Amino acid sequence: MAKKKTTTLPYSREQYLSWYESMLLQRRFEEQAGTQFGKGIRGFFHVYIGQEAVSAGICSATRLTDPIITAYRDHGLALARGMSANECMAELFGKATGCSKGKGGSMHFFSKEHYFFGGHGIVGAQIPMGAGIAFAEKYKGTDNLCICMFGDGAARQGALYETFNMAMLWKLPVIFICENNQYAMGTSVERTSNVTDLAKIGLAFEMPSESVDGMNPESVHEAVSRAAEHCRAGKGPVFLEIETYRYRGHSVSDPGLYRTKEEVAAYRQKDPLNAIKNKIVEAAWLTEAEIETLDDRIMQTIKDSIHFAEESPFPDDTELYHDTYAEADYPFLME
Amino acid sequence: MRLITLRDALREAMTEEMRRDPRVFLMGEEVAEYNGAYKVSKGMLAEFGSQRVIDTPITELGFAGIGVGAAMNGLRPIIEFMTWNFSILAWDQIINSAAKVRSMSGGQFGCPIVFRGPSGVAGQLGAQHSQSFESWLANTPGIKVISTATPYDAKGLLKSAIRDENPIMFMESEVEYGVEGDVPEEEYLIPIGKADVKRQGTDVTLVTFNKMVKVALSAAKTLAEEGIEAEVIDLRTIRPMDYDTLIESVKKTNRMVVVEESWPFASVATEITYQIQRRAFDYMDAPVIRVMGADTSVSYAPNLVSAFLPNPTRIIKAVKEVMYLKK
Ligand SMILES: Cc1ncc(C[n+]2csc(CCOP(=O)(O)OP(=O)(O)O)c2C)c(N)n1
Ligand SMILES: [Mg+2]
Repeated sequence: MAKKKTTTLPYSREQYLSWYESMLLQRRFEEQAGTQFGKGIRGFFHVYIGQEAVSAGICSATRLTDPIITAYRDHGLALARGMSANECMAELFGKATGCSKGKGGSMHFFSKEHYFFGGHGIVGAQIPMGAGIAFAEKYKGTDNLCICMFGDGAARQGALYETFNMAMLWKLPVIFICENNQYAMGTSVERTSNVTDLAKIGLAFEMPSESVDGMNPESVHEAVSRAAEHCRAGKGPVFLEIETYRYRGHSVSDPGLYRTKEEVAAYRQKDPLNAIKNKIVEAAWLTEAEIETLDDRIMQTIKDSIHFAEESPFPDDTELYHDTYAEADYPFLME
Repeated sequence: MRLITLRDALREAMTEEMRRDPRVFLMGEEVAEYNGAYKVSKGMLAEFGSQRVIDTPITELGFAGIGVGAAMNGLRPIIEFMTWNFSILAWDQIINSAAKVRSMSGGQFGCPIVFRGPSGVAGQLGAQHSQSFESWLANTPGIKVISTATPYDAKGLLKSAIRDENPIMFMESEVEYGVEGDVPEEEYLIPIGKADVKRQGTDVTLVTFNKMVKVALSAAKTLAEEGIEAEVIDLRTIRPMDYDTLIESVKKTNRMVVVEESWPFASVATEITYQIQRRAFDYMDAPVIRVMGADTSVSYAPNLVSAFLPNPTRIIKAVKEVMYLKK
């Protein structure tokens, strides 16, 4: 039933449609990529499903030229930033047409064109790197900011504390975003610290810090917009703990025995994709039929990307040494 | 004898030593409630409780240092790194603390600690998850380095490592955890610093360690079909290195090929080659050749992983080269 509720929603039709499309693309991309695991896709495969409202809200609240850096759970964020399903899927397949030429794989998406500074595999490493990226923006005198993403598990690495201190000391334009999906592999936040309210971490450095509901793009968008304004005004970093949930295991090999089915089901009830879809339908911005057409179009994009990935070549064997150094003629030890 | 997997052998070693010595405890990420990221410590929390099987936050530098302090103060920690790739965060504590407290304190304080976990390439895991650090760590005086992937060797050596008075780096293999091997029911120890001749041969010595032993044995099998008998030596311990066994072997074969999955520059193979030319020059009929991981980062694409790693074909080619055989 399409009712005219338009006025009660805080953002425009275009905004909701764009969030929905972004989240749907992320969701279907990973669902379909999952079916290729063990076939074209191997190695570690960390799924973002459940967390899509975080990436959607961040990307709508910042500029596409603001550098962004994250961990290995990077597919959703890459797509939200506008990297194509083709280049992402091809990367998962290890193909030369992938966003990292097939050299990075699932954990190491990169795109200079999209100011996407990577997918990093060492937990917490991207926290100081993010501050460094922000340092460079400030040094160059731009008004860009860096979006620096990490997990609740990563928030316990010592590097975070060193980085928060320096970022505040030097007022670096960086939004530190902890995607608190409640678990680091099998370890719940409660089991990692005496301080389970992650937003409090920033307070020791007097960094503006806030806890945000990550199960809808609106609240993420609002919090990130405020943070961005603060950063761009030269006032230094902001720390956002965005509360979210991953529906799947840590990676494909994780059976997830550390949490209950009921807990997962409760979060699925709050599914951001469904929630936004319902809002769009209720506001009569799209009919169910139009939603279906949109779904079909996204699904086709994904199917095409799998075809593209399958048809693409692996990197040439001569690529083995390429990109190790800046020099093309670097004298590698051949034996 | 009975067949058990590498992960079971490692668990038996830790469990037996923890029953024997209350000072021994296990600490690391996901070792307790999750039963280990690779299930090596499965069931240990249930047996020993959370006082002795301890989950940590993701804080390698911190918990490595806590291990070092505890070792200096009378305990015997086993610190698990989920993989050795992540240990790099903890190298300050390993190299600046663990390796040096004995000498800095004039022998007053020791550091009997075992750092353990899987090392090396484990399929398509990309550049940051595919590294080996034997040569890096063995470069440092004050620590011992063990790298082994067979259940029998791993169990006997891990037990010795836990009883040793020094900091020990113990490297295993993710892809071998589920592979079975013969392990006796009764207790045994394997001395640190002793290589093992995995195959007798007279024509060429193949020196290697960890999961490359299998690759070398496979090459040796093919070579035997062509009438070439390769002796395959599994180093098992990298530091201290069992040079005597290597020299004994080349006195017989007069030729050596070293196989190592890591990078060539300043590698374990580099060290062996120096010692052989210095101590056994007169016995050698050909220069030592090494078959190494490629001098580059490990990429994700499957063909680039294969191109990176040593394989039987490359080993056979190297053997024929030291034997001055055509092709
Ligand atoms: C330094 C380091 N230690 C351990 C690991 C293994 N590991 C990979 S992901 C992970 C959990 C991280 O959890 P969190 O930061 O909450 O991110 P999430 O996976 O939930 O997105 C661990 C322990 C690693 N990659 N790097
Ligand atoms: Mg998490």
